[in-house]
Amino acid sequence: MRGSIKLKDISEKEILLASGHRMCSGCGAAIVVKMVLLASDYPIVACSPTGCLEVTTCISDYTSWKIPWIHSAFENAAATIAGVETMHRVLVKKGKAREDIKFIVFAGDGGTYDIGFQSLSGAMERGHDILYICYDNEAYMNTGTQRSSASPLGADTSTSPAGDVIPGKTQHRKNMTRIMAEHNIPYAAQASPSHYNDLMKKIRKALEIKGPKFINILSPCNRGWRSNSNDAIELSKIAVDSCYWPLYEIENGKTTVNHIPKEKKPLRDFLKPQGRFSHLFKENNIHLIDQLQKKIDEDWNRLLQSC
Amino acid sequence: MKTISAVTGNEAIAEAMRQINPDFSAVYPITPQTDLMQKFSSFHADGYVSTEVVLVESEHSAMSACIGAACAGGRVVTATSGPGLALMWEMLFVASGMRLPIVMPVVNRALSAPLNIHGDHSDAMGARDSGWIQIWSENAQEAYDNMIQAFRIAEHMDIRLPAMVCYDGFIISHSISRVEFLSDETVQKFIGDFTPTNSLLDIEKVVSYGPLVLTDQYHEYKKVQNDVISSIGEIVLKVADEFEKVSGRKYSLFDSYRLDDAEIGIVILNSAAGTTKDVIDEARKKGIKAGLLKPRFFRPFFYNEIAEALSGLKVICVMDRSDSFGAFGPLYTEIASSMFHMKNKPVLINKIYGLGGRDYLPVHAEMVIDELSEIAETGIVNHYKEYIGLRE
Ligand SMILES: Cc1ncc(C[n+]2csc(CCOP(=O)(O)OP(=O)(O)O)c2C)c(N)n1
Ligand code: SF4
Repeated sequence: MRGSIKLKDISEKEILLASGHRMCSGCGAAIVVKMVLLASDYPIVACSPTGCLEVTTCISDYTSWKIPWIHSAFENAAATIAGVETMHRVLVKKGKAREDIKFIVFAGDGGTYDIGFQSLSGAMERGHDILYICYDNEAYMNTGTQRSSASPLGADTSTSPAGDVIPGKTQHRKNMTRIMAEHNIPYAAQASPSHYNDLMKKIRKALEIKGPKFINILSPCNRGWRSNSNDAIELSKIAVDSCYWPLYEIENGKTTVNHIPKEKKPLRDFLKPQGRFSHLFKENNIHLIDQLQKKIDEDWNRLLQSC
Repeated sequence: MKTISAVTGNEAIAEAMRQINPDFSAVYPITPQTDLMQKFSSFHADGYVSTEVVLVESEHSAMSACIGAACAGGRVVTATSGPGLALMWEMLFVASGMRLPIVMPVVNRALSAPLNIHGDHSDAMGARDSGWIQIWSENAQEAYDNMIQAFRIAEHMDIRLPAMVCYDGFIISHSISRVEFLSDETVQKFIGDFTPTNSLLDIEKVVSYGPLVLTDQYHEYKKVQNDVISSIGEIVLKVADEFEKVSGRKYSLFDSYRLDDAEIGIVILNSAAGTTKDVIDEARKKGIKAGLLKPRFFRPFFYNEIAEALSGLKVICVMDRSDSFGAFGPLYTEIASSMFHMKNKPVLINKIYGLGGRDYLPVHAEMVIDELSEIAETGIVNHYKEYIGLRE
């Protein structure tokens, strides 16, 4: 690992995602990308699938990426970067590329949990030396907040709207971090922008490990979550403190919980500030909050037991 | 030094791929391509190639990985058939839009439903508007020769476009024929070193690939793509010229057979051209002035040159081994377009033959020639579009 994370050092580094990009102000994903790039001391080549991050950072003749970057389609970021990483191996052997380059994917939950799942699973199984980061905003934001398999039970999205008969999304979210760990990859983890120290440490650790790595990072989206544009950090903090989004890592099968909240906050604290859950607080839907709370408690206990 | 062997079409192409020794290859099996990539994988396993072979989980990922690898700056190859090409469809446009000189054998196969693994041109025809150069091959020798020339064409600095080399599933891929191979050195020297452009791995000269481009520019991007692919004729001929010098085999934009003084003609792609040529020889013995034109390129389509070559004919049958349901076959449409501006247009008819591997027999070619002779004499056309070789 190259040095510890000191705010002073980081503040002196160049931010490799130039301002002037068109992400909404206060977007969690933009914060995540900047943190990740600040954490790395290696030259990075990045890939993004179609999604908010991609369409807002490289338009016509303008790019915000101060590092080499590629977008090829929505469902294939892992396969695309696998090609890049493999060609890197060829060219290093031939003495035609520098050796220390690292490869990172920044993908939304749609491009990771759903349409991109096959290509991601394939790349993990083949053992490419890549770090796949999912910025998980829990819906397809680029196309206007449709449900994804990362959207939680009860979420009001444009394809699972909270109506008079159906109260939002009817299924629980997929546990992608665990699914990735089950690919027997050397490193899978969850992080949150509220805990930047933990997040950046995980990035640094992952970049030192050879082989496929997966980090799932909660990325509040004030448009889709219908929250305030200045509360991405606050919301992601409550997500961690309520154990909705536990911080943990699975290194070669060994699980470590990185943060045990001093006082476990009720899930309501996370749900309440978000418009996408407002219908859950109506009397006839309260049972859904109970269901969600129950699931989170179960998952949290299971996680603690797996350590 | 040349070697002559009896090999299947797939073996011939695997041999070309060994000689080319690309930097990167993505492999995913599909009949009738499978044994081509198996063969190439064993070359890899035995150390005959230094290619990095990536055994992907689908054709979509095969093409995606090829795109990533090509952007990273190396020579890239994959191969597919039928539904595999269909699954790649979205990515074909990405490869051509990014101007990546990927080369891909397409072992032509039918599309479902109903499921059918046999030879048919529906796969490549479905990809015809994807911006890829399409080179078609009558037999294993042509497939081998086209495969080698494809690299020079695709990688030419004025072109930089992906190219597919098409040959018929089973009829060519699995049948054994005589193939004359060039030496490894000749092939290596002919294709030369790969020159990367805008490599993603160049940390000093940072590039972004795959931007979002809206209505203010997209139209212009596409015009450039059209201009580039439309302009490759001269380069194709120059590459063919050089290839003739090393191989003794002559190639052009299309193949014309006994066309100069012909009155009736057949236009047909790939392996069926061979059968048709034999039948034309028989017809000629009977004094029937028949000829054949076999396009070597379907994209770009060399309209002017082909129209010129067909201009003296009275009646033409365009034979399609795929259909555009509710319309004429795709090859017919191109030939009709190429002749439209002519003053004295030949009569044009369309036959759909050989779908899903249905045999195309000499007797079918004879029937077509008889019908063409009759039309030439009477001027009466009974069917402008017709399926032939149907079971009674
Ligand atoms: C094959 C395909 N299907 C659908 C789309 C439309 N599409 C583009 S981005 C997107 C959603 C992206 O969602 P996510 O991956 O969660 O990223 P976010 O926009 O939330 O950052 C969709 C549905 C597409 N581009 N390609
Ligand atoms: S819609 Fe959401 S994810 Fe997309 S840029 Fe805006 S805040 Fe970010």
